[in-house]
Amino acid sequence: MTIDLSQFHQVFFEESFEGLGLMESGLLAMDPGTVDAEEINAIFRAAHSIKGGSGTFGFDRVASFTHLMETLLDEMRDGRRPVTAEALEVLLQSVDILGEMLRAAQDGQALDEERVAKQQQALETALQANPQKQDASDAASALTADGADINGWHIVFRPLPNLMRTGNDPLRIIRELAALGELEVRGDASLLPGFDQFDPEECYLSWDMRLHADVERGQITEIFDWVEDECDLAIMPLVASEHEVVAVPETVAEVSVDEGALSSLAQEQEERRSASDDRRQEERRKTAGRRSNDPARSATAAVSSSIRVGIDKIDNLINMVGELVITQSMLSMLGENFHPGQLDKLKDGLEQMARHTRELQESVMQVRMLPISFTFSRFPRLVHDLGRQLGKKIDLKLTGESTELDKTVIEKIGDPLVHLVRNSLDHGIETPQERLAAGKLETGTIELKAFHQGGSIVIEIRDDGRGLDAERLHRKALERGIVGVDEKLSTQQIYELIFQPGFSTAEQVSDVSGRGVGMDVVRRNILELGGSIEIDSEPGRGTGMLIRLPLTLAILDGQTIAVGGEVYIIPLISIIESIQVSPEMVNLVAGRGETFKLRDEYLPIIRMHEVFGIEGYRAHDLTDGLLVVVEGEGRRYGVLVDELIGQQQVVIKSLEANYEKVDGVSGATILGDGSVALILDIPGLIRLAARDVGLQLIKKTA
Amino acid sequence: MSATAQTKASGEAATPLEEYLTFNLGSEDYGVDILRVQEIRGWEPITRIPNAPEYVRGVLNLRGSIVPVFDLRLRLGMSFRAYEKETVVIILHVQTEEREKSIGLVVDNVSDVFRTSTESIQPVPDFGTRFNSEFLSGMTTANGRMVMLLDIDRLSERNIKPVAAAADDEVQRVQSSDKRDGSHCS
Repeated sequence: MTIDLSQFHQVFFEESFEGLGLMESGLLAMDPGTVDAEEINAIFRAAHSIKGGSGTFGFDRVASFTHLMETLLDEMRDGRRPVTAEALEVLLQSVDILGEMLRAAQDGQALDEERVAKQQQALETALQANPQKQDASDAASALTADGADINGWHIVFRPLPNLMRTGNDPLRIIRELAALGELEVRGDASLLPGFDQFDPEECYLSWDMRLHADVERGQITEIFDWVEDECDLAIMPLVASEHEVVAVPETVAEVSVDEGALSSLAQEQEERRSASDDRRQEERRKTAGRRSNDPARSATAAVSSSIRVGIDKIDNLINMVGELVITQSMLSMLGENFHPGQLDKLKDGLEQMARHTRELQESVMQVRMLPISFTFSRFPRLVHDLGRQLGKKIDLKLTGESTELDKTVIEKIGDPLVHLVRNSLDHGIETPQERLAAGKLETGTIELKAFHQGGSIVIEIRDDGRGLDAERLHRKALERGIVGVDEKLSTQQIYELIFQPGFSTAEQVSDVSGRGVGMDVVRRNILELGGSIEIDSEPGRGTGMLIRLPLTLAILDGQTIAVGGEVYIIPLISIIESIQVSPEMVNLVAGRGETFKLRDEYLPIIRMHEVFGIEGYRAHDLTDGLLVVVEGEGRRYGVLVDELIGQQQVVIKSLEANYEKVDGVSGATILGDGSVALILDIPGLIRLAARDVGLQLIKKTA
Repeated sequence: MSATAQTKASGEAATPLEEYLTFNLGSEDYGVDILRVQEIRGWEPITRIPNAPEYVRGVLNLRGSIVPVFDLRLRLGMSFRAYEKETVVIILHVQTEEREKSIGLVVDNVSDVFRTSTESIQPVPDFGTRFNSEFLSGMTTANGRMVMLLDIDRLSERNIKPVAAAADDEVQRVQSSDKRDGSHCS
């Protein structure tokens, strides 16, 4: 299988940097001594995604490095390791190094191996450190968390070079800090360049401060509010033992040096200040906006509002807009001195205009639609690599790769699918020996299917592995306190337990899967898309995961049909064929209504006009209309319609946006003439018809 | 449209004035907050929704979104009146529990825009079982006529059923101050 994975590198890097940002802000927001499950889970997931992605794309250094971070985070999450300031610091530095590694991988540049090795060492040390040893600082942190008995704070403030360009002044910050209490400041001017390279607009200094005052952390962070994005900042509580005698004169001297250096800068800055005021205001607004969102921020990455579109598609759009403009100017010229003789020209122009508009609309919609192969194509490599790593033989089958999905859906469904496929590989499929012993083929099969069904897009991941072990799942859930001892659960309910956060049955944590981060995120992502996920598992036979996603925004190939004066769209995917019936094909089966014989099968007939209460229909007799043979939920039916109009691609619009769900209808679309046509939901229509069958029989026998 | 824009305030007080769009159902005047009105369009055949309640006339295409159209007479439990030249659809913003929606209301005709102070709006008296006052938010007087102000947010709530048409007839008789619209029938 040769799939060029490099086409996905860009996506991976973008996602990873987003994840890094998330980790960084998460770590910065964490208080030592307290375990904020949501926060730490978010950081953990970000690390997990980066690890998974880098593993897939062969950035093994990144993967192994992230694995260490992840282990540390995992221990913190489970409460096996206290959240200490030191550990957070190590993690933060690791985030920086990870960023460097990723950037190096992206640009193909050499990596500062020494720093990476050092950081890796630091991580390993942190991991090996006996958690018990940190009791002292932990106790201090605990005190801090209670807000009691704080001796002060140790603040490390390292502005980025561009800090002053954003209209911020480090001196102001230090002054404000000093106003809170006794402040011990050590400036670090080691980055100060020679005078010839000195850029007065850049900030080269950083500070290590100890604030000996009984203040809340919030008071300090407030001071740094406007600069938190432009600096590296660490605020750690000072514990009693660290409280040393302060050398006041020295401090003053150091401060004055800094002040001297700064004030000259500040002066230059002053002139710029007024100009940058507006920008600063804007920055503040932005920050304020971000802050107010903070509590509501979901654990998953923020929804990115951008979409990457191929330049050819854009060019195509521009072309079309160009044509539209030409037609429009032609029409307005025509309108200026119009005489009846030009009527044909006018008609032509209008037609052209209509065509261009329609084309434009279609291409704009197409910009958002992508075939699911975008997501699927990364699996062959993944399965291949993981299979080898795990010593398993696996055959991957992909079907329905051309099913089109909305861009947003494609992006968000990628990670959950990776998790599910990994799970199938790792937990589902047995080793060749086990398989042979169980009387199965040595090679396991994983199937990935995508198709439209009943107004939804279904993605199915099915393996022929060992299936879920309900008993073990239940035991594990009891152990973890996820379910109570006296709770009675059905097998299906036990299966559902795997979607609980922190639930994993893998005995051995591998870097493939088994940390129990996967399934809860999988479900959450799917729910966010308005979809659902079902488990269908049989011990010894395999597990299937059915992901159902709503159609919204999807484009569908439809057959336009007419009944009475009404027009409906039947999804082409549900149609087997359309036939004209002859009387001898039709039978009335007692208790089952009308059926007709198609080759060797007896199929029930659904009269559209009865189910939907359509008036003025033409096909009173079966022979007057056409039967559209459809398949829904595994059964075939003949739907009686007046006539077939044509096939076309339609853009699916939601009925629920302004109204509500309608039985038998999956959505609506807008036809060429601007009118609305409803799209049939075949399984829904069948259910509706089944409900009516009883009624029909009563009518017929009466 | 027979609308003539009169903006005579009925309450000259310093309290904030609100603007309402009024329209008719037979001889009755109804008002909706004008800020909720998206647009007014003449009646055109629309796409029927199968198996929907009778008051749901169907859906129309409002610049690409699918908007349901309710017949206000039927929604309020009045008798149906055939659509004619003056019949209009008022497209409104409504706020439901989950989200903001757009709906269309079919009314006999639109008549006027008037201003009134919030003070002059009276609560809806209890009509008992004869009339479903659940869709009304208040009553006021404009140009000497009683105007019933609609609580449009409730109109798209499915669980509020229109009262039977019989009750409507009774109301018609009770308020038989039919001055303008002779063609009103039931």
